[in-house]
Amino acid sequence: MVPLRREVSASYAFVERNFRAVRRYWGWEVVFLFHSIVSALTVAYIAPGGVVVAGQQFDADRLILFLVVGTVVWAYLDSVFDSVAFMVSWERWEGTIESTFMAPIRRVTFIAGSSAFAVLYSFARAVVILVVVALFFNLDLAAANWVGAFAVLAIGSLGLLGIGIMAAALPLLFLERGSQMTVVVQASLLLVSGVYYPVEVLPDWLEWFSVISPATYVLDAMRAAVLDGVTLVDLLPHFGPLMLITVVTMPAGVWVFGWAERYALRHGRLKRSG
Amino acid sequence: MQPAVSIDHLVKHFDPAGVGGAWRRALGRPLKDPIVALDAINLHVQRGEVYGIVGSNGSGKSTLARVIATLLLPDSGSVQVFGHDVQREARTVRRFMNRVSVEASFFKKLSPLENLTFTARIYGLPHGEAHQQIFEILKRLDIEAKAIRRPMDQMSRGQQQKVAVARALLTSPVLLILDEPTTGLDPRSKREVQDFVREVRDTHDATVILMTHDMDEAEQLCDRLAVIEKGRILIEDQPSALRREGETLEDAFIRLTGHAVEVDEPDAAADGGGG
Repeated sequence: MVPLRREVSASYAFVERNFRAVRRYWGWEVVFLFHSIVSALTVAYIAPGGVVVAGQQFDADRLILFLVVGTVVWAYLDSVFDSVAFMVSWERWEGTIESTFMAPIRRVTFIAGSSAFAVLYSFARAVVILVVVALFFNLDLAAANWVGAFAVLAIGSLGLLGIGIMAAALPLLFLERGSQMTVVVQASLLLVSGVYYPVEVLPDWLEWFSVISPATYVLDAMRAAVLDGVTLVDLLPHFGPLMLITVVTMPAGVWVFGWAERYALRHGRLKRSG
Repeated sequence: MQPAVSIDHLVKHFDPAGVGGAWRRALGRPLKDPIVALDAINLHVQRGEVYGIVGSNGSGKSTLARVIATLLLPDSGSVQVFGHDVQREARTVRRFMNRVSVEASFFKKLSPLENLTFTARIYGLPHGEAHQQIFEILKRLDIEAKAIRRPMDQMSRGQQQKVAVARALLTSPVLLILDEPTTGLDPRSKREVQDFVREVRDTHDATVILMTHDMDEAEQLCDRLAVIEKGRILIEDQPSALRREGETLEDAFIRLTGHAVEVDEPDAAADGGGG
């Protein structure tokens, strides 16, 4: 139990340190949050704008809610992915990668700590975005099933974390290109996951990729919970694919990370300069 | 008595092609020759010893430091720290070892207190005890009280390096690897860091391995010295025994290697930039 407690405490060290770093970079945090809020508002205004452009009435309120759920959930998922996928790049950028990797902790402890920070930080951001966006629109959230929505977010985060951990390993293999590849993965998830539209509108070959994106299922289930107030029991079928993705990507992510670390240790790629 | 560090026939090459090498090989394209960073190194450091490794940039010092510090896997040979293999028992080795490198590697926007609290947590030190220890060590290193809570990017490089030494000491290592700890520091900061190394040597039951290209520093601090050149140990002895009559240690280095110590070599990058 003592070693486990020590690993949990070490995991918490990453959460605490990263939140302290966020506080120190507060100016940038405010700017990025402002950018996310403005982006969410811009997307949400497409709904009433659509009524004007199309010149015919449709349920703009439902479309606003559809888009708001999409933008806020994506803001959360994107932030989770970003924080996890760049955990190695961040350490390298700060120059701490060698001292962190030399610490007598399991690598999974580092991954767990970075992931816990990613979830907490991203959730806090998403709540702020939702609250601010809600001030601009008359959102009808009376039917929303918040317990279900929370459960979807919790389970959905795990699958995305698995992919994020795999992406985090890329900078261990490719010093600079690894981070570039991570951005490509992130952008691709945005395209295929149905953030601003149902995935059915995508061409068939592109729609196929939505099947393997956990974000697709999170968004579907979240809309069912928030827009239609679907009960927790009725949400269960949505959890199946998310759990399957988690079961595959989480161990795969940890394994890939370990393999990439061994590669980096063998080829002197831990540190950027060599 | 079991040595603190035993290195036998240690070999390390770097493939300049990196990940692309596999593609080049598959496509039948010519590959660059691997860089020999460490070439059959044999070295034994006794407990409580301050052991210096001197060499030019690119000679293999930092590569050797990284292998001992479990940050680089050797191609062949064996490296043991207090009887534990650095490859197979990396986590055990990490528990009683720490390293101070040429760059003070911290989250620079965080304060010394925040950075050291992080270290204390990942090394499993009790929070209250660690907090007290952090203040004591930083005070001993003459870090001003008000600087302890300020971002580290507001400190001089010398001060940052002292915090790096403090971080290493906080974990009570029985093996301390100092990889060019005073390079680039102003004379005063350099002297302060060197004084602290002496203090560690005199008051802690620690073994110190010092990688440096500063011959005065090596002579002042080390019980024994090894001269490393192109990944090979040329000679190993007490500093006084390396010098001939009338020679400085730098003269001895030039005699042994054929060049002055400040030489920059092209493989420095592959070596981790430090040498």
